[in-house]
Amino acid sequence: MGLEQKLGNMGVVTARLEDLVNWSRTNAMWPMLFGLACCAIEMMSAQAANYDMSRFGMELMRPSPRQSDLMIVAGRVSRKMAPVLRRLYDQMPDPKWVIAMGDCASCGGVFNNYAVVQGVDEVVPVDVYVAGCPPRPEALIHGVITLHEKVRREKMKDWA
Amino acid sequence: MSENNSVVTENLVKQFGGQATEFAGEISVMIAVEKFADAARAIHDEFKFDLMSSMTAVDYWPEENPRFHLVYRFTSIANRQSLNVRVPIAAYAPTAPTLETIYHNANWQEREVFDMFGIQFLGHSDMRRILMPHDWEGHPLRKDYPLGYEEPQFSFNFDEIDVRKPYAKNRRGE
Repeated sequence: MGLEQKLGNMGVVTARLEDLVNWSRTNAMWPMLFGLACCAIEMMSAQAANYDMSRFGMELMRPSPRQSDLMIVAGRVSRKMAPVLRRLYDQMPDPKWVIAMGDCASCGGVFNNYAVVQGVDEVVPVDVYVAGCPPRPEALIHGVITLHEKVRREKMKDWA
Repeated sequence: MSENNSVVTENLVKQFGGQATEFAGEISVMIAVEKFADAARAIHDEFKFDLMSSMTAVDYWPEENPRFHLVYRFTSIANRQSLNVRVPIAAYAPTAPTLETIYHNANWQEREVFDMFGIQFLGHSDMRRILMPHDWEGHPLRKDYPLGYEEPQFSFNFDEIDVRKPYAKNRRGE
Protein backbone atom coordinates (compact mmCIF):
# COMPACT_ATOMS: atom_id res chain seq x y z
CA MET A 1 0.00 0.00 0.00
CA GLY A 2 2.93 2.34 -0.02
CA LEU A 3 3.37 2.29 3.72
CA GLU A 4 5.60 -0.76 3.43
CA GLN A 5 7.86 1.10 1.02
CA LYS A 6 8.11 4.04 3.33
CA LEU A 7 8.96 1.81 6.28
CA GLY A 8 11.81 0.29 4.34
CA ASN A 9 13.86 -2.57 5.74
CA MET A 10 13.96 -1.15 9.24
CA GLY A 11 10.17 -1.20 9.73
CA VAL A 12 10.41 2.18 11.37
CA VAL A 13 8.87 5.49 10.48
CA THR A 14 9.72 8.71 12.22
CA ALA A 15 7.23 11.46 12.90
CA ARG A 16 6.76 14.29 15.32
CA LEU A 17 4.64 13.37 18.31
CA GLU A 18 2.59 16.54 17.82
CA ASP A 19 1.69 15.55 14.28
CA LEU A 20 0.87 12.01 15.24
CA VAL A 21 -1.36 12.95 18.17
CA ASN A 22 -3.10 15.71 16.28
CA TRP A 23 -3.66 13.41 13.32
CA SER A 24 -5.22 10.77 15.55
CA ARG A 25 -7.37 13.37 17.29
CA THR A 26 -8.78 14.74 14.07
CA ASN A 27 -9.58 11.34 12.66
CA ALA A 28 -11.60 10.09 15.59
CA MET A 29 -13.36 13.19 16.81
CA TRP A 30 -16.64 12.15 18.29
CA PRO A 31 -19.31 14.84 18.49
CA MET A 32 -21.84 14.91 21.25
CA LEU A 33 -25.35 13.90 20.20
CA PHE A 34 -27.60 16.76 21.15
CA GLY A 35 -29.47 19.46 19.31
CA LEU A 36 -31.17 22.57 20.60
CA ALA A 37 -33.22 23.81 17.65
CA CYS A 38 -33.66 23.67 13.89
CA CYS A 39 -29.88 23.60 13.28
CA ALA A 40 -29.96 20.11 14.73
CA ILE A 41 -31.96 18.98 11.69
CA GLU A 42 -29.11 20.10 9.44
CA MET A 43 -26.64 18.43 11.79
CA MET A 44 -28.57 15.16 11.48
CA SER A 45 -28.58 15.62 7.74
CA ALA A 46 -24.81 16.10 7.76
CA GLN A 47 -24.53 12.80 9.59
CA ALA A 48 -26.93 10.93 7.35
CA ALA A 49 -26.38 9.20 4.03
CA ASN A 50 -26.35 12.18 1.66
CA TYR A 51 -23.51 14.04 3.36
CA ASP A 52 -22.08 11.29 5.56
CA MET A 53 -19.76 12.96 8.04
CA SER A 54 -18.25 9.57 8.87
CA ARG A 55 -15.88 10.25 5.97
CA PHE A 56 -14.00 12.44 8.43
CA GLY A 57 -13.88 9.90 11.23
CA MET A 58 -16.96 11.31 12.88
CA GLU A 59 -19.39 8.48 12.46
CA LEU A 60 -20.09 8.19 16.15
CA MET A 61 -22.37 10.74 17.74
CA ARG A 62 -21.99 10.01 21.43
CA PRO A 63 -25.09 10.59 23.54
CA SER A 64 -22.87 11.03 26.58
CA PRO A 65 -20.57 14.00 27.26
CA ARG A 66 -18.06 11.66 28.90
CA GLN A 67 -17.35 9.94 25.59
CA SER A 68 -17.27 12.92 23.28
CA ASP A 69 -14.55 15.31 22.11
CA LEU A 70 -16.60 17.85 20.20
CA MET A 71 -19.65 19.81 21.22
CA ILE A 72 -21.71 21.09 18.29
CA VAL A 73 -24.04 23.72 19.73
CA ALA A 74 -26.81 23.43 17.16
CA GLY A 75 -29.39 26.08 17.93
CA ARG A 76 -30.19 29.00 20.19
CA VAL A 77 -29.30 28.66 23.84
CA SER A 78 -31.87 30.06 26.22
CA ARG A 79 -30.78 31.56 29.53
CA LYS A 80 -32.34 28.62 31.29
CA MET A 81 -30.47 26.14 29.10
CA ALA A 82 -27.10 27.86 29.53
CA PRO A 83 -26.14 26.28 32.90
CA VAL A 84 -27.09 22.87 31.53
CA LEU A 85 -24.90 23.43 28.47
CA ARG A 86 -21.97 24.49 30.64
CA ARG A 87 -22.46 21.42 32.81
CA LEU A 88 -22.35 19.16 29.76
CA TYR A 89 -19.18 20.93 28.63
CA ASP A 90 -17.57 20.48 32.03
CA GLN A 91 -18.34 16.77 31.92
CA MET A 92 -16.50 16.28 28.65
CA PRO A 93 -12.95 14.95 29.06
CA ASP A 94 -10.03 16.97 27.74
CA PRO A 95 -9.15 17.64 24.98
CA LYS A 96 -12.45 19.09 23.89
CA TRP A 97 -13.64 21.50 21.25
CA VAL A 98 -16.78 23.48 20.57
CA ILE A 99 -18.42 24.45 17.29
CA ALA A 100 -21.10 27.15 17.46
CA MET A 101 -23.39 26.10 14.65
CA GLY A 102 -25.60 28.76 13.14
CA ASP A 103 -26.26 32.42 13.82
CA CYS A 104 -28.14 31.87 17.09
CA ALA A 105 -25.36 29.92 18.73
CA SER A 106 -22.74 32.31 17.36
CA CYS A 107 -24.26 35.67 18.30
CA GLY A 108 -27.92 35.28 19.24
CA GLY A 109 -29.11 35.58 15.66
CA VAL A 110 -32.56 37.06 15.31
CA PHE A 111 -33.28 36.45 18.98
CA ASN A 112 -31.90 39.67 20.40
CA ASN A 113 -33.96 39.51 23.59
CA TYR A 114 -33.96 38.67 27.28
CA ALA A 115 -34.49 34.94 26.92
CA VAL A 116 -31.64 33.91 24.63
CA VAL A 117 -27.89 33.95 25.30
CA GLN A 118 -26.24 36.36 22.86
CA GLY A 119 -23.66 33.93 21.58
CA VAL A 120 -22.79 30.65 23.22
CA ASP A 121 -19.22 31.90 23.66
CA GLU A 122 -20.50 33.56 26.84
CA VAL A 123 -21.02 30.09 28.28
CA VAL A 124 -18.41 27.81 26.68
CA PRO A 125 -15.21 28.68 24.77
CA VAL A 126 -15.93 28.34 21.06
CA ASP A 127 -13.33 27.18 18.53
CA VAL A 128 -15.21 27.54 15.26
CA TYR A 129 -18.28 29.61 14.36
CA VAL A 130 -20.44 28.42 11.48
CA ALA A 131 -22.63 31.09 9.91
CA GLY A 132 -26.04 30.45 8.44
CA CYS A 133 -29.64 30.26 9.50
CA PRO A 134 -29.52 27.32 9.54
CA PRO A 135 -26.18 26.45 7.91
CA ARG A 136 -26.39 23.79 5.24
CA PRO A 137 -24.68 20.47 5.94
CA GLU A 138 -21.84 21.55 3.66
CA ALA A 139 -21.28 24.58 5.88
CA LEU A 140 -21.17 22.42 8.99
CA ILE A 141 -18.74 20.03 7.32
CA HIS A 142 -16.63 23.03 6.35
CA GLY A 143 -16.70 24.13 9.97
CA VAL A 144 -15.57 20.69 11.05
CA ILE A 145 -12.75 20.68 8.50
CA THR A 146 -11.71 24.12 9.74
CA LEU A 147 -11.63 22.76 13.27
CA HIS A 148 -9.53 19.83 12.09
CA GLU A 149 -7.04 22.25 10.56
CA LYS A 150 -6.93 24.12 13.83
CA VAL A 151 -6.33 20.93 15.78
CA ARG A 152 -3.56 19.89 13.39
CA ARG A 153 -1.76 23.15 14.16
CA GLU A 154 -1.91 22.66 17.93
CA LYS A 155 1.44 22.74 19.69
CA MET A 156 2.61 20.33 22.32
CA LYS A 157 3.64 23.16 24.64
CA ASP A 158 0.05 24.38 24.73
CA TRP A 159 -1.35 21.04 25.84
CA ALA A 160 -2.35 21.25 29.44
CA MET B 1 -68.29 27.19 17.66
CA SER B 2 -71.60 27.15 15.94
CA GLU B 3 -73.93 27.58 18.90
CA ASN B 4 -74.69 30.97 20.30
CA ASN B 5 -73.64 31.60 23.88
CA SER B 6 -75.84 34.67 24.40
CA VAL B 7 -77.84 32.99 27.18
CA VAL B 8 -74.70 32.33 29.18
CA THR B 9 -73.48 35.84 28.56
CA GLU B 10 -76.76 37.33 29.73
CA ASN B 11 -76.70 35.25 32.89
CA LEU B 12 -73.12 36.20 33.67
CA VAL B 13 -73.92 39.86 33.18
CA LYS B 14 -76.97 39.57 35.41
CA GLN B 15 -75.52 37.44 38.22
CA PHE B 16 -72.02 38.84 38.51
CA GLY B 17 -72.41 42.36 37.21
CA GLY B 18 -70.39 41.60 34.12
CA GLN B 19 -70.07 43.75 31.08
CA ALA B 20 -70.36 42.20 27.64
CA THR B 21 -68.56 43.50 24.61
CA GLU B 22 -68.67 42.14 21.12
CA PHE B 23 -65.88 42.27 18.62
CA ALA B 24 -65.70 40.44 15.29
CA GLY B 25 -68.58 38.20 16.27
CA GLU B 26 -66.90 37.13 19.53
CA ILE B 27 -68.45 38.12 22.84
CA SER B 28 -66.21 38.85 25.81
CA VAL B 29 -67.55 39.24 29.32
CA MET B 30 -65.71 41.53 31.69
CA ILE B 31 -66.01 40.36 35.29
CA ALA B 32 -64.65 42.15 38.36
CA VAL B 33 -61.87 40.31 40.14
CA GLU B 34 -63.79 40.16 43.45
CA LYS B 35 -66.60 38.21 41.83
CA PHE B 36 -64.46 36.11 39.55
CA ALA B 37 -64.03 33.09 41.84
CA ASP B 38 -67.81 32.65 42.13
CA ALA B 39 -68.29 33.39 38.46
CA ALA B 40 -65.76 30.75 37.45
CA ARG B 41 -67.50 28.23 39.68
CA ALA B 42 -70.80 29.05 37.98
CA ILE B 43 -69.21 28.89 34.53
CA HIS B 44 -68.00 25.39 35.31
CA ASP B 45 -70.94 23.96 37.28
CA GLU B 46 -73.96 25.86 36.06
CA PHE B 47 -73.12 26.65 32.44
CA LYS B 48 -71.20 23.40 31.83
CA PHE B 49 -67.98 24.89 30.50
CA ASP B 50 -65.92 21.83 31.31
CA LEU B 51 -62.67 22.99 29.71
CA MET B 52 -60.45 26.00 30.21
CA SER B 53 -58.89 26.15 26.77
CA SER B 54 -56.37 28.82 27.55
CA MET B 55 -55.58 31.72 29.75
CA THR B 56 -53.19 34.58 29.41
CA ALA B 57 -52.84 38.20 30.41
CA VAL B 58 -52.43 41.58 28.77
CA ASP B 59 -50.48 44.51 30.16
CA TYR B 60 -52.02 47.92 29.38
CA TRP B 61 -49.19 49.92 30.96
CA PRO B 62 -49.04 52.89 31.56
CA GLU B 63 -52.70 52.61 32.53
CA GLU B 64 -52.94 52.11 36.26
CA ASN B 65 -56.43 50.90 36.96
CA PRO B 66 -56.88 48.46 35.43
CA ARG B 67 -53.35 47.80 34.28
CA PHE B 68 -53.72 44.09 33.50
CA HIS B 69 -56.43 42.02 31.94
CA LEU B 70 -56.55 38.32 32.60
CA VAL B 71 -57.98 36.65 29.52
CA TYR B 72 -59.70 33.30 29.87
CA ARG B 73 -61.26 31.17 27.19
CA PHE B 74 -63.65 28.47 28.31
CA THR B 75 -65.08 25.72 26.15
CA SER B 76 -68.18 23.68 26.68
CA ILE B 77 -67.75 20.44 24.82
CA ALA B 78 -71.30 19.27 25.53
CA ASN B 79 -72.99 22.49 24.38
CA ARG B 80 -70.45 23.31 21.65
CA GLN B 81 -69.90 26.77 23.02
CA SER B 82 -66.95 28.92 23.83
CA LEU B 83 -66.74 31.88 26.14
CA ASN B 84 -64.25 34.67 26.58
CA VAL B 85 -63.87 36.19 30.00
CA ARG B 86 -61.69 39.15 30.89
CA VAL B 87 -60.76 40.09 34.43
CA PRO B 88 -59.30 43.59 34.92
CA ILE B 89 -56.65 43.93 37.60
CA ALA B 90 -55.12 47.05 39.12
CA ALA B 91 -51.44 47.85 38.88
CA TYR B 92 -50.43 47.78 42.54
CA ALA B 93 -49.76 44.27 43.96
CA PRO B 94 -51.84 42.48 41.31
CA THR B 95 -53.64 39.42 42.61
CA ALA B 96 -56.38 37.16 41.34
CA PRO B 97 -58.13 34.06 42.66
CA THR B 98 -56.78 30.76 41.38
CA LEU B 99 -58.93 28.48 39.23
CA GLU B 100 -56.77 25.50 40.08
CA THR B 101 -59.46 23.74 42.11
CA ILE B 102 -62.03 24.12 39.30
CA TYR B 103 -59.83 23.57 36.24
CA HIS B 104 -56.72 21.55 37.05
CA ASN B 105 -54.82 22.77 34.01
CA ALA B 106 -54.97 26.27 35.46
CA ASN B 107 -52.02 25.29 37.66
CA TRP B 108 -49.34 25.67 35.01
CA GLN B 109 -51.16 28.38 33.08
CA GLU B 110 -51.34 30.56 36.16
CA ARG B 111 -47.69 29.88 36.89
CA GLU B 112 -46.86 31.13 33.41
CA VAL B 113 -48.92 34.29 33.89
CA PHE B 114 -47.20 34.82 37.22
CA ASP B 115 -43.80 34.28 35.65
CA MET B 116 -44.39 36.64 32.74
CA PHE B 117 -46.62 39.31 34.32
CA GLY B 118 -46.08 39.00 38.08
CA ILE B 119 -49.75 38.50 38.89
CA GLN B 120 -50.11 36.52 42.10
CA PHE B 121 -52.83 33.87 42.23
CA LEU B 122 -54.26 33.56 45.72
CA GLY B 123 -54.74 29.99 46.89
CA HIS B 124 -52.47 28.52 44.23
CA SER B 125 -50.67 25.43 45.52
CA ASP B 126 -47.34 26.02 43.76
CA MET B 127 -46.78 29.66 42.86
CA ARG B 128 -43.30 29.38 41.31
CA ARG B 129 -41.78 30.50 38.04
CA ILE B 130 -42.33 28.02 35.22
CA LEU B 131 -40.44 29.36 32.17
CA MET B 132 -37.68 31.63 33.42
CA PRO B 133 -34.85 30.49 35.69
CA HIS B 134 -35.91 30.47 39.33
CA ASP B 135 -33.52 33.30 40.26
CA TRP B 136 -34.72 35.58 37.47
CA GLU B 137 -35.54 39.15 38.41
CA GLY B 138 -38.61 40.87 37.03
CA HIS B 139 -41.41 39.71 34.80
CA PRO B 140 -40.42 39.87 31.13
CA LEU B 141 -43.78 40.41 29.42
CA ARG B 142 -44.60 43.52 31.43
CA LYS B 143 -44.50 46.59 29.25
CA ASP B 144 -42.14 48.40 31.62
CA TYR B 145 -39.64 45.53 31.59
CA PRO B 146 -36.40 46.67 29.92
CA LEU B 147 -35.97 45.18 26.47
CA GLY B 148 -32.37 44.23 27.19
CA TYR B 149 -31.27 44.27 23.59
CA GLU B 150 -27.59 43.81 22.98
CA GLU B 151 -25.90 45.99 20.44
CA PRO B 152 -25.15 43.96 17.29
CA GLN B 153 -21.47 43.50 16.61
CA PHE B 154 -20.42 44.67 13.16
CA SER B 155 -16.96 45.15 11.76
CA PHE B 156 -16.95 48.90 12.54
CA ASN B 157 -17.69 48.40 16.26
CA PHE B 158 -16.23 44.92 16.66
CA ASP B 159 -13.38 45.86 19.01
CA GLU B 160 -15.51 48.11 21.16
CA ILE B 161 -18.01 45.34 21.88
CA ASP B 162 -15.40 42.61 21.99
CA VAL B 163 -13.75 44.25 25.00
CA ARG B 164 -16.83 44.03 27.18
CA LYS B 165 -18.23 40.74 25.91
CA PRO B 166 -18.21 38.11 28.67
CA TYR B 167 -16.26 35.32 26.99
CA ALA B 168 -16.32 31.95 28.73
CA LYS B 169 -13.12 30.32 29.85
CA ASN B 170 -12.06 26.74 29.41
CA ARG B 171 -12.06 25.92 33.08
CA ARG B 172 -13.67 27.49 36.08
CA GLY B 173 -11.75 30.31 37.69
CA GLU B 174 -9.18 30.53 34.94
